[in-house]
Amino acid sequence: MSATGQRPIAFTLNGRAVRASVSPHETIIEVLQRDFGLFGARESCGQGLCGCCTVLVDGTAVSGCLYLAAFVDGATLLTVEGLADNGVLHPIQQAFVAKSGFQCGFCTPGFILMTKELLERHAHPTDEQIRHYLSGNLCRCAAYPDILEAVKMAAELIEKTDQGSFGASRGSG
Amino acid sequence: MADTIVLPPHAPATEIESRSTLREIGRSLPRLESTAKVDGSVEYIHNLHLPGMLHGKIHRSTVAHGRIVRIDTAAALALEGVHAVITGEDVLKLIPNPYYGPAFHDQPILALGKVRHVGEPVAIALAADPHVAEQAADLVAVEYEPLEAVFDEVAAARPGAPVIHDVLMPAGTFTDLKHLAGRSGTNVALDSHVRHGDVEQGFADADRVFEHTFRTGKVMHATFEPMVSLAEPQGPSGLTIHTASQSPSFVRTEISRLLGWPENRVRVRTAYLGGGFGAKLYIKLEAMVAACALLVRKPVRIALTMDEQFYTITKHGATVRMKTGVRRDGRMIARAVETYWNGGAYADIGPRVSQKSGFTAAGPYDIEHVALDNYAVYTNEPPAGALRGFGISQLVWAYERQADIIARDLGIDPIEFRRRNAIRSGQPHATGTIVSGLEVEAVLDRLSERMDWHKPFDRGSGTIRRGRGVAIGLKACVAPTSSAASVLVYGDGSCALQCSTVDMGQASDTTMAQIAGEVLGVPTTAVRVVHPDTDVTPYDMATLGSRSTFHMGNAVKRAAEDARDQLRRIAADASGADIADLECRDQAIVSRAGSAKSVRMTFREAMLARFAMQAGTIVGFGSYAPTYAKPDAETGQSADITPFWMLGGAGAEIAVDCETGRIEVPKLVNVADVGRAINPASVERQLTSAAIMQLGFTLFEEMVFNEGQVVNASLADYKIPGMLDLPHDLQATFVEVPHRDGPFGAKGVGETGVFSPAPAIANALYDAVGVMTFEMPLTPERVLRALRELEHRPLENDR
Repeated sequence: MSATGQRPIAFTLNGRAVRASVSPHETIIEVLQRDFGLFGARESCGQGLCGCCTVLVDGTAVSGCLYLAAFVDGATLLTVEGLADNGVLHPIQQAFVAKSGFQCGFCTPGFILMTKELLERHAHPTDEQIRHYLSGNLCRCAAYPDILEAVKMAAELIEKTDQGSFGASRGSG
Repeated sequence: MADTIVLPPHAPATEIESRSTLREIGRSLPRLESTAKVDGSVEYIHNLHLPGMLHGKIHRSTVAHGRIVRIDTAAALALEGVHAVITGEDVLKLIPNPYYGPAFHDQPILALGKVRHVGEPVAIALAADPHVAEQAADLVAVEYEPLEAVFDEVAAARPGAPVIHDVLMPAGTFTDLKHLAGRSGTNVALDSHVRHGDVEQGFADADRVFEHTFRTGKVMHATFEPMVSLAEPQGPSGLTIHTASQSPSFVRTEISRLLGWPENRVRVRTAYLGGGFGAKLYIKLEAMVAACALLVRKPVRIALTMDEQFYTITKHGATVRMKTGVRRDGRMIARAVETYWNGGAYADIGPRVSQKSGFTAAGPYDIEHVALDNYAVYTNEPPAGALRGFGISQLVWAYERQADIIARDLGIDPIEFRRRNAIRSGQPHATGTIVSGLEVEAVLDRLSERMDWHKPFDRGSGTIRRGRGVAIGLKACVAPTSSAASVLVYGDGSCALQCSTVDMGQASDTTMAQIAGEVLGVPTTAVRVVHPDTDVTPYDMATLGSRSTFHMGNAVKRAAEDARDQLRRIAADASGADIADLECRDQAIVSRAGSAKSVRMTFREAMLARFAMQAGTIVGFGSYAPTYAKPDAETGQSADITPFWMLGGAGAEIAVDCETGRIEVPKLVNVADVGRAINPASVERQLTSAAIMQLGFTLFEEMVFNEGQVVNASLADYKIPGMLDLPHDLQATFVEVPHRDGPFGAKGVGETGVFSPAPAIANALYDAVGVMTFEMPLTPERVLRALRELEHRPLENDR
C-alpha cells in the first residue's frame, strides 16, 4: 500500500514513549507486530469476539484487531509483554502459571489483560463477576476451570503484595 | 498410516513399576513452557515473518459444484503492488499431478476444471502487503457453469446422485484401497464392513427389536491460531516449510511426492500450535505455499482468517441407522448399524474415520451378532476430516441414545443395562480381536458413584424440569502407526529430547519430558524438548487420535533407555563395576543399593570420560510400532485390530426450561479409563476441556448451510462455549489400571472426554421431560419443537 495517508503517532507502549507511522486502516495488532515485534496480542476471529487481541488502552481493555492504531496517538498502551517487572512476572501471570490457566496459550494474554482490568475494578471478585468479566474472552481449549482458579489466586497474590510496588513502573493504566 | 504390517520383536510385557519407585511419572508438573505462554514470548508459526516474504490470499469458489469456464486475473494483476496471481494451470507447470490427500489423492492444490464446494481455493494473489493481496484476490473473476450439487450424505450415496469425482483416486500406497482405483459413477469413497455371528438369526431370536435413525450435524474446530503455513525455497533444490501442523512428517512425505523430490530436500518444521483438534492434520495450506514459493522463488506465507477455516475442514455430519435385538432380560444379542459419513468434497482422512472408528459402532458391549456397514460419502460441502474423536462421538451419540431408549422401555436402570451388556477383557470384540486392558465396569462404578445415582434426585417443578443421564463410549486407537525419538546427552551432561509430537496445548512436551526424565534419572524440567523439524526430529505418524502418549511415549522411553545404557556402560568401563549394578539417578550414574562396588559418576564426568574432553554427544534412539493384523476386507475380522482401547463415560444433570427449550447443565461428570496417568493434572484437564468442547457441539454449535454456503461462518454466528456456559459442577476422574504395553502403563486420553457428554445430556433430557431426540445439537428450538410435539401442539414451521 502506498504511503498516502500515513500519519505519525506517538504513544506510551509498556511504559516507554514510542512513535510510529500508520495507515488509516491499520489496527493496533498490525502495528504492534510489524513495528514493535510484539506478538502477545494476536488476531484470531478478526471481529472482536474472541478476545485474543485484548490490550489495555488507558487502562481499558479493547480489541486490538478492531481498534485503529491511529486512535492510540497520545494514549497509554499496555500489552502482556509490559506486565512483568524486571523479569519478575506480574502476580496475575504467576497465578496463571501456578494454576495452569491455559493450554495452547493463544488466548492467554487476552485473559491476563482482561483479568487485570477486572482486578483493578473489583479487587475481590465473586465467581459471577469473574465469569461475567471474562465472558468476552474465549478459549477453544476450554481451560476455563483453571482460568477461574488462576483469577482467584491472582486476587489473593495482589492483595498480599505491597500495592506500591506495582503501577507506575508497569506503565499501566 | 503405513499399510505394511510392522511386526517388531514384541517386547515382553513391560514391568509396571510401582508408584513408590517413580520420581517423575505420576506427578502433576506444570507445563515446561508456562512462562513463555504468560509473557507473550511463546513461539507460534503465526508470529513468523521472513525477509522478502509475500502474503498469499485465496480466491474461493462461490458455487458448490460447477465447471470452471474462465478465470480472469487481469484486474487483480493490474493492482499496484501485486506480485503474481497463481491459478491451477500455473501449478500444473510445476507439479503435473497436483492432487493430494492422506488416503485419497483427490484434492487439487488449486481447482482444476471444476469446483466441488463453496470456498474451494481457485486462485492465490501474492503481494508484499497482505491488504493488497486480499484486494487482488477479490478482483479475480471466475465464470462457472453450475452443476447439480448434492449435500445430504444419504442422498449422495444413492445411485443416480450427481457424481462429484469422475473417478476415485485412492493413494496407491494402501493395499486395502487398491480395489477402489478407477471406480467411477459413485460418491462412496470407501465402504467398510464388519460381520460377526449371524445378525439376522440374532434378530429372529430377540424378544424385542429396536430401530432408530440418529443424526449429527457439522461442526468445526475453530482453532484460535488459524491455519498458517510459510514456504521458502532453499537454494536451487531445497524447500523449507514452516507450518502450524499436527503432522510435519506427513507434510514432508506428501510435498516430496507432489514435487517428485527425495524427502531429504524438503524440511518441515513447526512450533507450539495455537490449538489443533484435528484441523491441522495432513496437508492443509502446505501444498499451496510450496507451489507458490517455488513458482515465484520467494518466501510465501498464507494465513487463514477464522471465516476461511469454516471452508477448510469440518467434523463429519453422520446418519446412523441402528437396529438392536434384545432379550427380555436386557441382554443385547444382535446389532446392525449402517452409517453414512458426510465427507464433503474431498476425502481428507474421512474414509479412515469411517472405517477405523466405524468398526466400534456396536459400542463397548458384548453382542453376539453384529453387522456394521460404513460409507464414506462425498458431498458438495467443505471437506470433513478428524475432529477430536475421529468419528467416535457420532457413533456414541447413536448407540448410547438407543441404549437408554431400550433400558427404559424394558424397565431396567440405565447403568444396570450397560453393566449387563458390558464387554470384558478376554471377550471377543465384533472385529474378532480379544479385548484386553479395558475397564468398562470400573468406569460404570465410578460414574454411578460420582452421579450419586442411587440417591434421591430433585426433578424440578413447574416449567423447569430436571433430569439426569449417563453414557459410555468406546474407541480403538488407530492402527497401524509408528513413532521414533532421539534422546541426546550433550558434552556438559545436559539432555535433550527430539521428537515430532506436536504440542498444541495438550502438554505433550511435558509428558514426554517426564518419561525421558524418569528413565534417565533427570528432573523433567532439565529435559530440553526440541520441536518437530524433519531435518532433526525422527519420524512420527502424526499428533492425532490420542496416540502420542502411548506410541511416542514408548519411543521416548526406549530412546532414553538407550542413552541411559550408554551412560551406564561408560561408568562401568571407567569404574570396573558391573553394568547391571548401575542405574541413573539425579543426573549421575550410581550403584544400586547393595552393590558390591560404590560408584557415582555425574553425566558431566561420564562425557569427559568418554570423549576425553568436556564435549561430544551421546545419542539414544528408540522407535515403536505396535503389532497389528489387517482386518479381512469382507468381514472386518482381525486378531489384532488396535494397540489399545479407550473408554470414556459421562454423567449429566440438566435443567430444561419447558417454555423456551433451553437446556442448562449444572453438573457434568467425566470418567475415563486411562491406563496410568503420567501427569494426573494434565489428564484431568484433557478430560474436562474435551467435555466442554463437546458441550458446545451438544447444545449449540452447528454449521448452517444454504446451497453449500456456510451461513454462519464466523464466531459472531457460530457460538462456541465461553465462561458462562461452564457447568458449575464439572468433574473429571479416571480409572487407573496400567496397560500392559503402555509406557509406564499409560494410554491416550486427549479425546476420551468428547465421547459421551452428548448422549448423557440427551438421555437426561429424556429423563427430565420424556422427549426423545435423535439429532444433535440440542438447540432450544429443537428441544421446544420436540416438547410441543409430545404435547400434541406442534410449533408451526416458520422456516
